[in-house]
Amino acid sequence: MDKTVTPFDMPAGMDIAWCPGCGNHMLLKAVKSALHELGIDRKNLVMVSGIGQAAKAAQYIKANMFNGLHGRALPVALGIKLANKNLDVIVESGDGDMYGEGGNHFLHAIRRNINITVIVHDNMVYALTKGQASPTSPCGIKTPVQVNGVKLEPFNPLAVALALNAPFVARAYAGDVERTKEIIKQAIAFKGFSLVDVFQPCVVFNKVNTYQWFREHTVSLPENHDVTDRTGAFGLAIQPGKLLLGVFYRDEKRELYEEQMGIGTIPLYERNQLDDEAFHKLVNNYL
Amino acid sequence: MYHDISMVFCGAAGQGIQTITDALLNVLKKYGCNIFSCTEYMSRIRGGSNTAEIRITENKRDTYVRRIDMLFALSHNVVEHLKDRISSSTLIFAEKERFGDPWGDNCIDTPLTKSALEAGSAAFSNIVAAGVVLGLFGIPLELFTAYLRVKFAAKGEEIVAKNCIAAKLGYSFGRDTATTANISLQISIPADRPERLLMDGTTALGIGAVAAGCNFISSYPMSPGTGLLTFLATRTKEFGIVVDQAEDEIAAINAGLGASYAGARAIVTTSGGGFDLMQEGVSLAGMIETPIVIHIGQRPGPATGMPTRTEQGDLNLALHAGHGDFARAIFSPGTLAEIIDTTQQAFNLAQQYQIPVFILADQYLLDTVSTIETASVKRLTVKNFLIKTTENYQRYAFTDDGLSPRGVPGYGDGLVRVDSDEHDENGLITESFEIRRLMVEKRLKRMHSLRETARAPTLIGTVDQAEMLVISWGSNRGVLEEALDIIGNRAFAGIHFSQVFPLSPVIKSLFENKKLLVLENNATGQFADLLALETGRSISRKILKATGEPFTVEEVVDALNQSYHG
Repeated sequence: MDKTVTPFDMPAGMDIAWCPGCGNHMLLKAVKSALHELGIDRKNLVMVSGIGQAAKAAQYIKANMFNGLHGRALPVALGIKLANKNLDVIVESGDGDMYGEGGNHFLHAIRRNINITVIVHDNMVYALTKGQASPTSPCGIKTPVQVNGVKLEPFNPLAVALALNAPFVARAYAGDVERTKEIIKQAIAFKGFSLVDVFQPCVVFNKVNTYQWFREHTVSLPENHDVTDRTGAFGLAIQPGKLLLGVFYRDEKRELYEEQMGIGTIPLYERNQLDDEAFHKLVNNYL
Repeated sequence: MYHDISMVFCGAAGQGIQTITDALLNVLKKYGCNIFSCTEYMSRIRGGSNTAEIRITENKRDTYVRRIDMLFALSHNVVEHLKDRISSSTLIFAEKERFGDPWGDNCIDTPLTKSALEAGSAAFSNIVAAGVVLGLFGIPLELFTAYLRVKFAAKGEEIVAKNCIAAKLGYSFGRDTATTANISLQISIPADRPERLLMDGTTALGIGAVAAGCNFISSYPMSPGTGLLTFLATRTKEFGIVVDQAEDEIAAINAGLGASYAGARAIVTTSGGGFDLMQEGVSLAGMIETPIVIHIGQRPGPATGMPTRTEQGDLNLALHAGHGDFARAIFSPGTLAEIIDTTQQAFNLAQQYQIPVFILADQYLLDTVSTIETASVKRLTVKNFLIKTTENYQRYAFTDDGLSPRGVPGYGDGLVRVDSDEHDENGLITESFEIRRLMVEKRLKRMHSLRETARAPTLIGTVDQAEMLVISWGSNRGVLEEALDIIGNRAFAGIHFSQVFPLSPVIKSLFENKKLLVLENNATGQFADLLALETGRSISRKILKATGEPFTVEEVVDALNQSYHG
């Protein structure tokens, strides 16, 4: 295994709470390499996550961290970005966290278009709670709760994101660290809300979507795919058959929420002293 | 002849009751009167029956009375709506042509629409009504026309002129009626009255937030908490405030905490039902030791309850919100000055102690309009407790008082790592029982200092000589003060709490050898129970009301008299 050292490595010997062979390890490596290659300053980077095994990723990256509540990474990331837009904010969490518990926030974060990157560990199962269905579990698989197999239509994160006009939508497979890293680099460098849904096998609780299964059921997007064609991207996102990997869509023109709100470069922590004259003017309105 | 008058304006939603009261309050305040106004309205956009009460009093009063001296009826269902408050001495001003004459001898046929049409449009009837009132009391018409000129300046000369005609027609009718019906207002206006401001509770809350250096709000609209969101939304540029309308209350508080983590001075505003959803965020604030100010504008619950009515039913909710043990503080202002003051204190305390701090208001307090002396708008120093981090910064470093210096990401050479899991000094997940024990202790240690420095309650009357102490919190300060004044019995004194948690240690000696009565706007006596728990004292009587309305002065006077004789 490649032993590339990055400024984002935690001290050696740190106990990693992931199972041996878990796809999370590879995704972590891809994320840290991407950050390193982009020359991101860890002091200026905030990793935001929710709860779950995937959400522990933030623990293992040497940077600022807000490891919040289950499903709530996106509102936290929004708050951080609005309070200090100079910070690089990356959200990393699992499919249950992002698409289940945090589903409403997912919809509205996309509508806002804040300049953050969202990396979703998509293993199609709830692993930390021992194997129940997640929003992206395929129909038919049996779990301790879905004893007769999953009946619900799987959540299609790419199609939903495209429907809401997310300006950067991509999918990767953690088993291919190099390509995952490249996609994540593009996502981080992109100015706007960028979603990278990353397939990654759960070796303990998902016996269907294994490394071999992903190798057999995924394929790169066609070479000639036009990333500026939203309708085309949507078609590819809902297309039956093999699951496509790569950057589905990018729209450089969507205005950022923080720009619409007129948020300047001075962080709020530097702006908490009141302008006396403005305050007197405010009070005098009630004379 | 009136020394203290209670006027009520009643009409359907959308009829412009607020236009009348805004005009009158502004003019009466300019003239120098002591005024107080509150509203009650239905949860609908048009129709129904809404009322606004305006009191003009010799002494400054801050409360609602049941008695109606003058009633201005703008719609026909007024009688049914107010039947319990109309008495034989209530004078009713109504247009007989429109409503017939259901009121008998007490009704003065008042040509509101007729005069409005004369001025150019039925839309001016509210201005006519305000003119009638000012005419009745002989308050100079010039004050009113000056107000109208400013108010309608943007609409052009013609509109201003027509409004002034409507005002004058109403005014003349008022003057004539004062003579024929022998009406006069006898109040003294001191010439040296200090400069005063006119505002409602929501505005005071907004001014308090601005004064506190608030620069972030994320909230989801819910009555009666929405007013603060609106207030700040219109002032983002002047004060550099970031305003985000969240997709739900869960998002609101989590965004508030994200912003606060990054160094914003953040507030969220909601009502009880919305706050139910925020509770996980309160618990998160406790765990990650991140400041947040939470305004709860209370209204009657459970569930949707009565969306536009009032209650003090969310004390237990604020007190116990969020799972786990952690520190918090709860303010409960009762006057405009207290709102402005405690809001600033809430921000400073949240920053200093790195905790969630609550401001518990209610519909009645937020919608109340009153005056406040400009000099009473106190500014507290905006205290900054943030540090610039150094390379080996530990967000949760153990200290004697449990408070670790707080850094923010991007400021200094350190990394700021916060975690909702139990964590070590570096913010990393731990399952060490020893670290857990120390962290629980760390998060609670600050309660000691919070308690020692808690706001002392306000004493009303001669507490040391009284046998019975009547205790209020939040919006009931005004009604308690006036009721005690009316009773004039030195066996009673009052104590008002503008901070209900933690409680100031001074109460122990204050309560000694006194009978305790607690006045609150809920069904079970939530504050009475808290006092009993915290002081070990039993409460002799709970005076409670949970109908969705505030207490009237008359009710409290009766309840206290009964307590004395019974």
